[in-house]
Amino acid sequence: MTQIVATTPGLFPLPDWAKDELSDLKGHQKTDLVSGDEGAAIVDAYDRAREDVVSLQQDAGLDRVVEGQLRWDDMLAHPLAVHDSVETRGIVRYYDNNNFYREPVVQDDLTPDGDVAAELDAAAELVDDGLQAVLPGPYSLSDLATDEHYGDEAAFLDAVAEFLAGEVEQFPEVETLFLLEPSLVENDPADGTDERVSEAIDAVANATDADVVTHTYWGAIEEKTYAHLMDADVDAIGFDLVADHDSNVYNVQEYGTKDDVALGVVDGQNTLVESPETIRDRIDWFEQQTNTVYDTVYATANTELFYLPVNKFADKLEALANAADLEEVEA
Amino acid sequence: MTGPREQFRPENHPNDHFLLTTVVGSYPKPKWHDRAREMFEDEDADFGAEEWEESKDDASRLVTHEHERCGLDVVCDGEMRRNEMVEYFAHRIDGYEFNGRVKVWGHNYFDKPSVADEVEYGEQWLVEEFEFTDEVADRPVKVPITGPYTLANWSFNEVYDSEEQLAYELADLVNEEIEALVDAGARYIQIDEPALATTPDDHAIVGECLERIVDEIPDDVRLGLHVCYGDYSRIYPEILDYPVHEYDLELANGDFDQLDVFKEHEFTKDFAMGVLDAHTAEVESVEEIKDNIKKGLEVVPPERLTVSPDCGVKLLPREIARGKMENMVQAAREIEQELDAGEIDVVATGAEASADD
Repeated sequence: MTQIVATTPGLFPLPDWAKDELSDLKGHQKTDLVSGDEGAAIVDAYDRAREDVVSLQQDAGLDRVVEGQLRWDDMLAHPLAVHDSVETRGIVRYYDNNNFYREPVVQDDLTPDGDVAAELDAAAELVDDGLQAVLPGPYSLSDLATDEHYGDEAAFLDAVAEFLAGEVEQFPEVETLFLLEPSLVENDPADGTDERVSEAIDAVANATDADVVTHTYWGAIEEKTYAHLMDADVDAIGFDLVADHDSNVYNVQEYGTKDDVALGVVDGQNTLVESPETIRDRIDWFEQQTNTVYDTVYATANTELFYLPVNKFADKLEALANAADLEEVEA
Repeated sequence: MTGPREQFRPENHPNDHFLLTTVVGSYPKPKWHDRAREMFEDEDADFGAEEWEESKDDASRLVTHEHERCGLDVVCDGEMRRNEMVEYFAHRIDGYEFNGRVKVWGHNYFDKPSVADEVEYGEQWLVEEFEFTDEVADRPVKVPITGPYTLANWSFNEVYDSEEQLAYELADLVNEEIEALVDAGARYIQIDEPALATTPDDHAIVGECLERIVDEIPDDVRLGLHVCYGDYSRIYPEILDYPVHEYDLELANGDFDQLDVFKEHEFTKDFAMGVLDAHTAEVESVEEIKDNIKKGLEVVPPERLTVSPDCGVKLLPREIARGKMENMVQAAREIEQELDAGEIDVVATGAEASADD
C-alpha cells in the first residue's frame, strides 16, 4: 500500500509582519542582505518567523516539517552567499523568474560552516518528528555560483558536493532530506558532466541516514541525464507534474524510478489553490501512467513557495495535508 | 515632413533639424505627495478622497510644468497618479484581485495581483490622467501604458489556459483604452513591455498583442514600444515587424555595449535611444550626452532619432532627474545646430517609418 507523505520543498515566504520588521532592521539594498553573522534583533525576528511557519505546517497537518529557509535571501544560492570564502557581487536573475539574488563568487576553499545546520537545530527544538532538511543539490548550487578558486567545472562541482556533504554531517537527526536540483532541468549538464552530477548527488546523499529526495522542477530533465540520475543512491527522485507531466512520465516509463517518488502536484507559482481531490487525482494519474505501486509518494509543491502571497501559501499547505488524509480515509 | 512625428515639432523650434526630446514616463514624486498618500491610506488621519485628488492634481501639474521648463518637446505628468506599473492597471481591470506581497529580491516586495476571473474593462485607466495633463500642458503629451504581455507575465493567472491567452485578452482591453485616449485627443502612446526583455522567446506573442492593440487606431497616432533591461540581440531585428513607429530602448546603462546589435540590421523604424542612465544619481554633462546622441545617429538619421532617458527616472532624487532632463534637451539642441551647420556626418540612412510597414 502506498504511503502518501505531504511535504514541501521549503523556501517559504516570510510572514507579512516579518517582511516589515526585517526590512526595517536590514534595509533594502544589496549590502543589506543576510550575511551569516546577523545581529541579535535580526536573529530574534527570524526565530519568531520560524516558529510561525513551523506551527503553520504542524497545524495544517503536513507529514514533514521544514525549517522554512526564511533567511535565504539568495534563494538556493544561500549556503554559498553567506560563506566566508565567497564574495557576493551583482544582483542577477534567478532562473527565468522575476526574482534576483547576489552572484556568489567562490574565492577560497569551501569548508563546511554549519550555517544550515544551525537553522535546523533551531527547528528541531520545535519539531518532535518528521523534520525535513532542504538543501540545493550540488549541481544547482554550482550552477548558480561563479568559481574563481577551483579552476575547472568538474573540480568545482566536486568541491560543492563535498561542502554540502560536510554541512549534512552537522545536521541534527532529520527524517528526510530534499536536495533541490532545478538546474538539471534549466541547464542540462553537458555530456560527461551528467555522470559526475550523479556522483556528486551520491556524495551528499551518503552523508546522512535520512531518506534523500532529489527534486527537479520547471519541466523534465533530458532523458540521458535522467538515466544517469537513476544511478545515484537516493531514495526518491522528484518530478514537477505541474510544469510538464508528460515528459516526466515518459522518463519514468523508459528508465523506471526508485521505490519512492516525489510528485510536484501543487503549483508553487500560482495563487490558484488546488483541491485535495485534484491533488489525489494527479497522484493517481501518475501511478496509473507508470503502472507502479510506490512504497512512498511525497506529495509536494513543485517549486519553492516564496513566490506566493502568504494567504495562498497557507491554503496550499492545507490542501497538501488534506490530500494525504483523503488517501488514508479511502485506504 | 508630415506624419505622426512632425506634429510634435514645436512651432518656434530654433533649428532646421529636429531631434524629438521626451521622457519614458515616471518621475520622482514630490515628498509632500508621498506624504499625502500615506495620510490617505492612514484611516486615522483626517485626509480623505478629496484631499488626495487635490494632491494628485497638484503633483501632476507641477511635474508637467517641470518637464516643460526643462524644454522637453513631448511631456508627461511623471505618472504622479500611479503607484506601480502593474498594480495601477490591475486595480482598474475587473477580474483581478490582490492577495498580498511577494518577494522580488531581498526585502523588496511587489503586490503581485491574481487574475481570478475573466478580465473585463472596468473603470477608465488613463483618460482622466491624460485629459488633466493635456489641459495644463502647453506641449504635446505622451501617454505611457503598461503593455498586455507585461500585465499578464507579472500576474498570477488562475483562469486562462495559458499566459499567452491572458495576454491577448488584456491586449483587447488595452486597445479599448487607447481608443478612448485617442478620442480624448491623445496622439502619442507608448506601450511599456519590460517583461519582453526577460522572456525574449515570447516576442511573437508581444507582436500578436500589438496587432490587437493597434486595431482601428488612426494613422496619425504615434505609437512607441518601450523595452528595457535585457539582451536586445534576442529580439532584434524581429521586433521591427511590430506595428509601431518607434522603439524606446535602454542603452546608456549598459554603456552602449548593445549598440552594434542595431547596426547589424538596418533600423527601419524610429529609434528612441536612452541617452541618460536612470540608475545613477549623477547628472551627465551636456558633452557626454551629445556623444551619446551621436551614437544614435550611427543607427538612424536625425529625422528618426528620439532622445530620451533609458527608463523611468522615479527612483532618482528629484533635482538629479531635473538636471538630467535639462542637460539632455540642451545636448539635443546643440546637436541639431551642428547638424544644421553640417558639422556632423550622419552615417545612417534608411526608410521612412510607417505603422503600416
